[in-house]
Amino acid sequence: MPTAIKIENLSKQYRLGVIGTGTLSHDLNRWWTMNVLRREDPYLKIGETNDRATKGNSEYVWALKDINMEIEQGDVVGIIGKNGAGKSTLLKILSRVTKHTTGTIKYKGRIASLLEVGTGFHPEMTGRENIYMNGAIMGMTRAEITRKLDEIVDFSGCERYLDTPVKRYSSGMTVRLGFAIAAHLDPEILVVDEVLAVGDAEFQKKAIGKMQDVSKGEGRTVLFVSHNMGAVRNLCKTGYVLKNGMIDFCGTAENAIGHYLATKVDDVVTQKTICTEDNLPQEKTVAFMTAAIEKNKCSFSFKEPISFVFEIKARKAVADCRINATIADACGAAIGSVSNDEFFSINKDEKKKIRFTLLDHNLAAGQYSISFSVGTGNYKTGQTDFDILISLFNFDIDTYDENIPDSKSCAQWNVGWGSIMFPHKTEII
Amino acid sequence: MYGNKNKAEVFVRIITFAYKLVKMENDLTYTIIKPQSSLLDLNLRELWQYRDLIRMYVKRDIVTFYKQTILGPLWFVLQPVLTTVMFMFVFGNLAGISTDGIPGVVFYFSGIIIWNYFADCLNRNSRTFTDNQNVFGKVYFPRLVVPISVTISNLVRLAIQFALFVVIYIYFFATGADIEPNIYLLFLPLLVLMTAGISLGFGIIFSSLTTKYRDLTFLLQFGVQLWMYATPIIYPLNSIPADKQWLIQLNPMTSVIETFKYGALGTGVFSWGWLGYSFALMTLLILVGIMIFNKIEKSFMDTV
Repeated sequence: MPTAIKIENLSKQYRLGVIGTGTLSHDLNRWWTMNVLRREDPYLKIGETNDRATKGNSEYVWALKDINMEIEQGDVVGIIGKNGAGKSTLLKILSRVTKHTTGTIKYKGRIASLLEVGTGFHPEMTGRENIYMNGAIMGMTRAEITRKLDEIVDFSGCERYLDTPVKRYSSGMTVRLGFAIAAHLDPEILVVDEVLAVGDAEFQKKAIGKMQDVSKGEGRTVLFVSHNMGAVRNLCKTGYVLKNGMIDFCGTAENAIGHYLATKVDDVVTQKTICTEDNLPQEKTVAFMTAAIEKNKCSFSFKEPISFVFEIKARKAVADCRINATIADACGAAIGSVSNDEFFSINKDEKKKIRFTLLDHNLAAGQYSISFSVGTGNYKTGQTDFDILISLFNFDIDTYDENIPDSKSCAQWNVGWGSIMFPHKTEII
Repeated sequence: MYGNKNKAEVFVRIITFAYKLVKMENDLTYTIIKPQSSLLDLNLRELWQYRDLIRMYVKRDIVTFYKQTILGPLWFVLQPVLTTVMFMFVFGNLAGISTDGIPGVVFYFSGIIIWNYFADCLNRNSRTFTDNQNVFGKVYFPRLVVPISVTISNLVRLAIQFALFVVIYIYFFATGADIEPNIYLLFLPLLVLMTAGISLGFGIIFSSLTTKYRDLTFLLQFGVQLWMYATPIIYPLNSIPADKQWLIQLNPMTSVIETFKYGALGTGVFSWGWLGYSFALMTLLILVGIMIFNKIEKSFMDTV
């Protein structure tokens, strides 16, 4: 297969902080060095890799650094990575919305981006007018749009509203219309950024089908950025993992997802301070102050009890307080919860230290995150949560203890089997 | 040696080969995006490819302007009419500024419609990037499409206002006012073109600079208002002492408006030299403007 996109040493530098103050002096300095002294741009040398969490010294940061990619025609490429890894910047550069700092990009044909569908829709204009407007913005000629008008209208399912101003459309209809136009653009390269998050289920199916058609039947290239590992797994052949603006992994989509999920939990956090006694939130009757994983570790073996220690403080006395927890998998989907019947009482302005232990959890090998809430009430009175900590800690189940039955098969767990190994018994009778 | 059939076959082969060659050539045309391009890398061909978009933008501007209004396109003419009435009262009656023997309505109206066209284009073009950052941030198309279509859509407004001017003009001409149209009226298309060009040039220069330095937005806002007083709209150029006239003439809009008044009304100052100066300045503004605009459009998303 011939190459559709070739990216060589692509880098993009951003300036941090408030743009506008001091830029004139930098501009003048840059102009002086480059045009008068004929030297390199003085601000290109400094700059650090793009790691959101650590504080850097430089005012400039590399959002993308030395990206090299060669994408074959007809390939469906998934680009995954944490927030701020540079995925969207890369797509923005590819769709020519912004310019990179160094490097070159070569591509063949027309690139259409679905960065956000419905771009340029004017609320006062009718659906039909907007199809023409939007198509023209995407680079289609008038004749081309007229030729495809029926198909677009059909795909969007908005025929009845075609001559109604778009401001009267529901948000779902707007997205449908926008995607319908974009899907009929017939670009050689299609760039998609998380659009599938919107729209109803039926339409999502249609959209995914269209994306598959586009890549399979017509030999077009698709670049797909998403946090939805399921969609990436279903759609993509090749996968790239971006990390801090650099390519961390490149391979099949399945392997890339595995690599991404494996490195996702690498920020080991076992202790968190939510608030101190000085800045206790006023509106919360009972609030979490600190939280920690006991044993100070993030990886556990199969069936190993996991303990969490909290400090909570009450503003008012509560007679029947309880702690609840929800565990989610690496993709963020909840897989189970604890709804507590063990109550404890807490007095006004009292500070309590609590241990919460997860027993016999049967979680299979994988990455999980856990959320907690402190509240009151039971199934009769209804539940009230005073304070909620969403995705408080990430932890892994990755080691096994030979003394625990079934532990070995847990070590070879396949993601496709789910997240829980059910307690079981096999008998010969 | 070769029969006709063979010849035909060879011919077909050559054609197929040539076709393949051309096709291969096409297959190999990659678009290359480089980080820096020279100032003169204008790519007007691409702009031409997007001519349908210019048309759509113009249509959108005109259609959406009067949607959900009762008076509709009438708003296009109401604005200059009210301004003219105001000017007649303030500058004609109260201040008693000369109108060179021309009825006040015709004198003010002729200047106002051209000036309005100029000011509207300039104001909107200077906001090109800030107004459209939403669209610009998502899709690529030659950004020059927007200021060009603004300039064209305002032209429609000017045409409607001009039609009203013709009606007023004919009325006063028929009732024997001191109006002497002459051959210089033929300059009109050129004058409109120059107004469009100057506003486009200034507009895109300002829009490029405001992406980084917002101060210019404030400067332009009252700058345009002051600029009107530096243009002979409420007063004839003649009323300025002859040795100071050059100062007003430095303003490129002066000769445009004076030439129009000279051709349509028969009063005012016509000078080939100053008209040429305005034309040259317009060309320069557009060239410099497109160059700066072209450079800014590639990176403005990071600074806006």
